[in-house]
Amino acid sequence: MTALSSFLSRDWLLSETPSSRTHAAWVRRYRGWLQFRGNGLAMVGLITVIVMIVASLAAPLLAFQDPSTQDLAGRLAPPSAAHWFGTDELGRDIYARILYGGRVTLGMVVAVVLLVAPIGLAIGCVAGYFGGIVDRALMRLTDVFLAFPRLVLALAFVAALKPGITSAVIAIALTAWPPYARLARAETLTVRNTDYVAAVRLTGARSGRIILRHIVPLCVSSVIVRVTLDMSGIILTAAALGFLGMGAQPPMPEWGTMIASSRAYILDQWWVPTIPGIAIFVASLAFNLLGDGMRDVLDPRQR
Amino acid sequence: MRQTLASVASVPLTLFGLILVTFLIGRAMPIDPVIAIAGDHAPPDVIARVRTELGLDKPLPVQFAIYMGQLLHGNLGNSVMTSHPVTEDIARFFPATLELATVAIIIAILVGVPLGVIAAWRQGSRFDHVVRVVSLAGQSVPVFVLGLVCLLVFYAKLGIAPGTGQIDVAYEGMVPPITGMLVLDAALEGDWDSFWNAGSHLVLPSLVLAYFSMAYITRMTRAFMIESLAGEYIVTARAKGLSATRILWRHAFGNIAVRLVTVLALAYAGLLEGAVITETVFSWPGIGLYLTGSLLNADMNAVLGATLVIGLVYLVLNLLADLAYRLLDPRVR
Repeated sequence: MTALSSFLSRDWLLSETPSSRTHAAWVRRYRGWLQFRGNGLAMVGLITVIVMIVASLAAPLLAFQDPSTQDLAGRLAPPSAAHWFGTDELGRDIYARILYGGRVTLGMVVAVVLLVAPIGLAIGCVAGYFGGIVDRALMRLTDVFLAFPRLVLALAFVAALKPGITSAVIAIALTAWPPYARLARAETLTVRNTDYVAAVRLTGARSGRIILRHIVPLCVSSVIVRVTLDMSGIILTAAALGFLGMGAQPPMPEWGTMIASSRAYILDQWWVPTIPGIAIFVASLAFNLLGDGMRDVLDPRQR
Repeated sequence: MRQTLASVASVPLTLFGLILVTFLIGRAMPIDPVIAIAGDHAPPDVIARVRTELGLDKPLPVQFAIYMGQLLHGNLGNSVMTSHPVTEDIARFFPATLELATVAIIIAILVGVPLGVIAAWRQGSRFDHVVRVVSLAGQSVPVFVLGLVCLLVFYAKLGIAPGTGQIDVAYEGMVPPITGMLVLDAALEGDWDSFWNAGSHLVLPSLVLAYFSMAYITRMTRAFMIESLAGEYIVTARAKGLSATRILWRHAFGNIAVRLVTVLALAYAGLLEGAVITETVFSWPGIGLYLTGSLLNADMNAVLGATLVIGLVYLVLNLLADLAYRLLDPRVR
């Protein structure tokens, strides 16, 4: 009992003389958290992100109407008790569509990240570890993909794949991996010639094992910071693709698509396209604030 | 110097990769160009003939060689939508983008750089926090939402800004194209009515676009300045009793100017991306509007041509940024 309570106490977490490696790691994390907590804007970002995730997951419980039920008699209604955010051009409840739209947007972000992080890590670590011709070839490839503005390349890819949410995710992922590859390569270069990697090599470990078990884990933390900062960019690109008719297709409740289909009503029923716009803004801002705070904690050089 | 040469030498290779990527995207298109030309009900022998004419019966590497050959002659094929050669279309649409992006970057620099400098000088102050929030908001707001809201407020509600497009319909076609940039052409012609009208149309889209890149410029300026202000030569300058203004602008800012040039070139290149969306919202007849219009009409040659040109401009601006940095900063040289 005493062991457990001392384990959970602040003193244990703030100890100047950690008793083990795990202990030291927790002390470092707790200090980071204290610093993060002191940053008001970052906390606002974190709380908003959590609320957004919960609201999207609980969308069926929180929405009073089905997001796709049309009511042509009650179309373009202003916000009221029955429809908190009003109704859209087909009489669908905007509040419900925003909630379900959060699922689409966050789902796309997660899918992109799950595709991008492994691709970037693999290419960057392999290039950095082997060096020479492999490095040059892979970095040249990275440069080619960096040579396009992201949205323009994504648009061309989606056109090749046919518009839709899957294509949008693939297109964003294809355009988003190069910075991760560069990051992973830079990290790999710093550890490639260290003694412990040489020691592992002496034990007879193959390159694949060294990269996967001893190099990739060291790159993960900087990749995570980068991912958080990238989230808002991914949200904006996904919304822009939707807005340009190249992302999620109607009637799917996606924020960018919702703006595109109700654009014509901005002058008379301004809330119809504006509310999804605010949703995109809030989501993107929240991730920016969160990422900013995380970078302050994890990368003191940037402050 | 060798580094400089290496970065120039890598351009053709990157350019080749760029062309290869657009070529492969074009070949992966779900739309069959043969059917698009010959029609759905064309007899098999016509389809076969069109296929041969387009060179689509040849192996992929041969097709790529032909495509490269056409590119070297400046031939990007014909647009289905406008029925003009894509190169001609792009030459007509591109100046409008250039005009919009240039005005936007000037506004962004004039506002963004001083904000960043002062925020760094007063790091941690209320002013610094406000600047941080304003620029984070700029990075978070979707350009199309900002554009639509601006149209709603300034055009529809307040009536102080003109609507979409490059100029009022009444003035359309009045100014003969010289540079293609309408405001500049009107001034060159001495047609001041057109000049003021076109200028007023430029205000909203360029402000929206400027906010888009101002966020980035402010942020980078602030970061550079904080680093520079921590230098020992600043302490020396203070000890000498120099005025704050002089230390700030001459000593601290002078040291970051070169790095800032790089950032500004990158921001200018980044505007191409923002321009695609801004032009769609404001019906601005630039390359972005051309690109999205072609996309919706599945006009492949036009899409690939526009993508390639945007990629090329982006590449050149990036190279210039790199060169400026290497040539101007003695520490790198």
